[in-house]
Amino acid sequence: MIEVENLHKHFGSKVAVDGVSFTVKKGEVLGFLGPNGAGKSTTMRMVTGYLPATKGRVRIGGADIEENEIEAKSKIGYLPEAAPLYSDMTVEAFLRFAAEMRRVPAAEIQAAVDRAIETTFLEPVRHQSVDTLSKGYRHRTCFAQSIIHDPEVLILDEPTDGLDPNQKHEIRQLIRRMGETKAILFSTHILEEVEAACTRAIIIDRGKVVADGSPEELKARATNAGTVVLRASGLAGSGIQSELEKLGSTASVEVLSSDEHGLHVRVTPARSKAEKLAGEISGLCKEKNLTIQELKVEEGRLDLLFREITKKDADK
Amino acid sequence: MDAFLTLILSFAIPTAIIAAVFIGILRFVLPREVRTIFKRELKSYFTSPIAYVLFVVFLGISNAISFFFTGVLEGGEADLFLPYFQYLPWYLILIAPAVGMRLWSEEQRLGTMELMLTMPLAPWHAILGKYLAAAVVLFVMLVLSFPIVWTINFLGEPDNGVILAGFVATYFVALCFLAVTSVISAITRSQLVALLVSVAICLVLWLGGLPHISEMLMNLKGAWLVAWPVLALVNAVGVMPHFTELATGKLAARDITFFVTFVAFCLFATSVAIRLKRA
Repeated sequence: MIEVENLHKHFGSKVAVDGVSFTVKKGEVLGFLGPNGAGKSTTMRMVTGYLPATKGRVRIGGADIEENEIEAKSKIGYLPEAAPLYSDMTVEAFLRFAAEMRRVPAAEIQAAVDRAIETTFLEPVRHQSVDTLSKGYRHRTCFAQSIIHDPEVLILDEPTDGLDPNQKHEIRQLIRRMGETKAILFSTHILEEVEAACTRAIIIDRGKVVADGSPEELKARATNAGTVVLRASGLAGSGIQSELEKLGSTASVEVLSSDEHGLHVRVTPARSKAEKLAGEISGLCKEKNLTIQELKVEEGRLDLLFREITKKDADK
Repeated sequence: MDAFLTLILSFAIPTAIIAAVFIGILRFVLPREVRTIFKRELKSYFTSPIAYVLFVVFLGISNAISFFFTGVLEGGEADLFLPYFQYLPWYLILIAPAVGMRLWSEEQRLGTMELMLTMPLAPWHAILGKYLAAAVVLFVMLVLSFPIVWTINFLGEPDNGVILAGFVATYFVALCFLAVTSVISAITRSQLVALLVSVAICLVLWLGGLPHISEMLMNLKGAWLVAWPVLALVNAVGVMPHFTELATGKLAARDITFFVTFVAFCLFATSVAIRLKRA
């Protein structure tokens, strides 16, 4: 549904987006990650047709956003980062206006407004002026506006910003649910959100895509992926440490704590031998008559990968 | 009773016809998007105090000045151009930009421009819808100045055709000033800047039509010829001669063409300004 090809954006001599390409199919939720100023919002603004691209093209459901502007835009629902609203309207009047602008047939407007209000929990402020809303309500009103016409493509710039943890959870569930029938692109800097709602994620840094994959694939790329943590008792001392280091799959051993009662170590696997490591360690423990209290293979952590990738580039 | 009937025939009916034609065009000719934006914009004028404040200011100033200073009542002539209409554009230099200053600058300040321009509509839909809403506010304002017409008709037997022409001419000038404001408000996100710059430009537009400018053009010599293009431009877009011609009852197609072309050009310039703003 969303096809982005080699997108560039220059502001004067500053390059904000530098050759970004990706596609989002129907039924996919693509998380868009990156540090502040990486070009997330600029990319989204080009995808929605607000900013013209310097180079590259965007197609929404086959329609080019610049050549076939109106057709492409009619398929999109968009929540801008600042969640802008007309301050002199009530929530309901604003949603009505959005529905009319989004070409919802006149007879279906009331139903569309009711549905959007219900989905985004706006019932308590339905008749309140936008001016008097709290930040969370403002954000949700703008979110409601983006889904009012039940679009095929949803583009959400930080949809959970300004919400409390319960609301964050609800919105993630909602995105996940809507993602089954729509193509969704959403940006965030909350990494747990990616795991909770996305089928795929892209990390973008200084205008370039630096990682692209499912949350599981991305996690496997983190340096801690496959590390084994062992807590054992029985044989105290450092003898076991050198034994662990001698194992075929071990790259390094880090002792977290060690005393006469037991031992707590983290073992990092050698490249591409991660699967064997846990087995070898438990074999060693049996051999040495150690009682295993905990043996855990760690999952890669997205935040580690995020920091590694975006910091590595910053050092250059 | 007779005077009342004359008033109905010469003003109420033309006003009703203009309103009906306008509503007809809005309802049946223009796309739904224009209508939606027009409705929202018009409503926001009347839910905020801005329209009412401007009405009071305009009616207060225009009536006070004509009653107390220019002597509508003492003139002994049932004519409104000299004591009334020739001053109206001066107030409009301030009032029209005050009505129009929020059109696009407010949109930029709130960030709703991003919503508006990612909706499935052509930019001219939004530009026209907003402009028409502000034009209706100015129209209502002129309609509300009917007491002076009523007074004149009560006191004597004026040529109501000429008075109507005066209103038409005044409205055209107001539309020009409003169109200028539309361009300026697309350039800045500050309403105050939009107001001040528009007032300055409207002043130049109005004064540019003074006969002095034409005379200066004729008398340019030597190094002053450098200023020729500027003066010629100001002279060409000067609103005053067109206004005077129209308002004194010489309904001329040339003047109406000037006003319509001027407004169309400004609305086009607004779309260019918005496009440049996004890039």
